[in-house]
Amino acid sequence: MDDGLRNELSKQGVVVVKLEELYNWGRRNSVWPLSFGLACCAIEMMAASMARYDLSRFGAEVFRPSPRQADLMIVAGTVTKKMAPQVVRLYNQMPEPKYVIAMGACAISGGPFKQGYNVLKGIDRFIPVDVHIPGCPPRPEALIHAFMTLQRKIDAQKLTGPDRARHLNAELPSEFPVPLFGEHDLVPTKNLNVWEPAVVVR
Amino acid sequence: MGADKHPYLFLLVFFVMAVGFAVGPLILAGLWARVFSPAKPGEMKNATYECGLESKGDAWVAFKSEYYLYGILFLIFDVETIFLLPFCVAFTGLTVGACLAMFAFVLLLVEGLAWAWVKGVLTWK
Repeated sequence: MDDGLRNELSKQGVVVVKLEELYNWGRRNSVWPLSFGLACCAIEMMAASMARYDLSRFGAEVFRPSPRQADLMIVAGTVTKKMAPQVVRLYNQMPEPKYVIAMGACAISGGPFKQGYNVLKGIDRFIPVDVHIPGCPPRPEALIHAFMTLQRKIDAQKLTGPDRARHLNAELPSEFPVPLFGEHDLVPTKNLNVWEPAVVVR
Repeated sequence: MGADKHPYLFLLVFFVMAVGFAVGPLILAGLWARVFSPAKPGEMKNATYECGLESKGDAWVAFKSEYYLYGILFLIFDVETIFLLPFCVAFTGLTVGACLAMFAFVLLLVEGLAWAWVKGVLTWK
């Protein structure tokens, strides 16, 4: 249906929506995050969910204690190499459709601990991240902005066709390999199917 | 077929609507999953434990069965309290037969207490 016809119908008082729009509207307004905090960013995440910043305006105040009930994983804080397998496992246990917000400098890149031996340099090395938030820690407004970005992303997802959403495509994986503890580092150190090393241009 | 003829018809209507209300969305969800959204089960997703770490050890641990004695003692005093209070309140208005029945009942409970006493449950170890 083209926009002109829809405009014409709405002038006559007939509201028409596509199934896809209805589906995405429902999904984007009821994203339930996993209550899962790793470091100081989690304090900002809590603040965002409380009355002052009020994440429930977006239908996302229902922080679930179990990955089985969650749609969104907010990786809030430093991911140590000790914790990384658990983060990936929790992500694997979430039902589709699932999304990830990497919150804060540590979660997106290792942040101030990037040179440390025990900190993962970004959780996007192992799981697909939908929205990255820079900041140390990002303010609740930044989290809300990321959330709105995610809502726009959900809104644009297709229901059918070759470029349909990941959870609607049977061929795309729902689980990602969990890294193991190696002698010096995680094995493997990255999942090349979801992450490509940045090419440094000098 | 009016409401006069079948006075409980509304129960049937309620029942059908209640079942429909519960089952309808499930059927719709199943249809949706069949048409659009493929199931993607996996080893980790189907695992029992769900908080990141894998469970270790055995859940079949020994549990002390002596606790039942405390359960029985609690029951004696609990039942006694519940029945003694109305017994006291209604005492002056009771017949001899009712009084005797109540005494027999209390005696049974006291017997239980005496049994526990003899068994040595009341001594703190």
